[in-house]
Amino acid sequence: MEDDEIVKKIMHVMRKAPHGTIYTYEGLEMILIMAAYDQDISVAFIDDGVYALKKDQDTEGLEIKGFSKTFKALDGYDVENLYVDQVSLEERGLIEDDLLVDVEVLSSAEIGKIMTEQDVVVHH
Amino acid sequence: MLHTINKSPFGNNSFETSTRFFQPGDPVLFIEDGVYAVQANNKFSGTLAKVQKNNPVYVLGPDLNARGIGNIAEGVTSIDYEGFVELVEEHQVNSWL
Amino acid sequence: MDIGILVKEGPYNHQASDTAYKFAKAAMKKGHRIDAVFFYNDGVNNASKDMDPPQDDRHIGNRWVELCQKDKIPMMVCIAAAKRRGIVDDVLIDCGEITGLGNFTDIAIRNDRLMIFGD
Repeated sequence: MEDDEIVKKIMHVMRKAPHGTIYTYEGLEMILIMAAYDQDISVAFIDDGVYALKKDQDTEGLEIKGFSKTFKALDGYDVENLYVDQVSLEERGLIEDDLLVDVEVLSSAEIGKIMTEQDVVVHH
Repeated sequence: MLHTINKSPFGNNSFETSTRFFQPGDPVLFIEDGVYAVQANNKFSGTLAKVQKNNPVYVLGPDLNARGIGNIAEGVTSIDYEGFVELVEEHQVNSWL
Repeated sequence: MDIGILVKEGPYNHQASDTAYKFAKAAMKKGHRIDAVFFYNDGVNNASKDMDPPQDDRHIGNRWVELCQKDKIPMMVCIAAAKRRGIVDDVLIDCGEITGLGNFTDIAIRNDRLMIFGD
């Protein structure tokens, strides 16, 4: 029980596009498990990681399991801090409205500051 | 916070992206294919010089040697695995995979 | 200091396993404790006992066995990632253990540092 009292700040960083590799999907699986542990969990979407949140993903033709909607469920697991890097979004011609879940769009410097406050940062 | 970068800057944007997130004073360590970033007079020398204004820069020597890179940018400190551990003793770690 | 290690790439294919091993050895030499090595993503292939590299190359599987047997470091393999890739008990290196991401979460929480090696 004593371990339950430690609350660590853990940030997951999504930096790769979904589907082309498994990193985003297995990253999401890790986040869902960690979410059950009452830690202070956040997720940052940087570079191609922002594509994980793109609306209208349909993987049926690939027979790959679609998981984009699972990001919507994170809120229900108390993973409420989803940060999107503004530059990464703009570089890709995307706007916040293209994303399937409510996020905080922040500057890289702002996300960088939050990163330095973390006990653990896991890039996927 | 210690930032480690393990990708060649020529094939991956890890280095260029990560620089936007560094806080002043954060040490930066290049390992594995990341070490190509610190070879003197390459396309990324300007980016590296800018980073060095605010951040101490280290490179993992055994990875440099493995790749035949001897001529590294001024001000970059080459360390061994023991030096890597020492940086980790001092800082939390952010590995830009 | 207590250190957890996460390896996210397979042996030989990527340098991650080598860097993780070298780091672990250097950390122990400086008096730190490696709490556990956890294999995730293609990293689960590190736990295959059927590795048989040419004799003049390092044996990555044996390195993990050495860390486990000599230094008593648990070698943990994520069950979800392992099942996908056909890594089951029968093919596991000596003292490898298949376990869940909950154990990884504990590693992330209880250690002073989590070192991550991958692509």
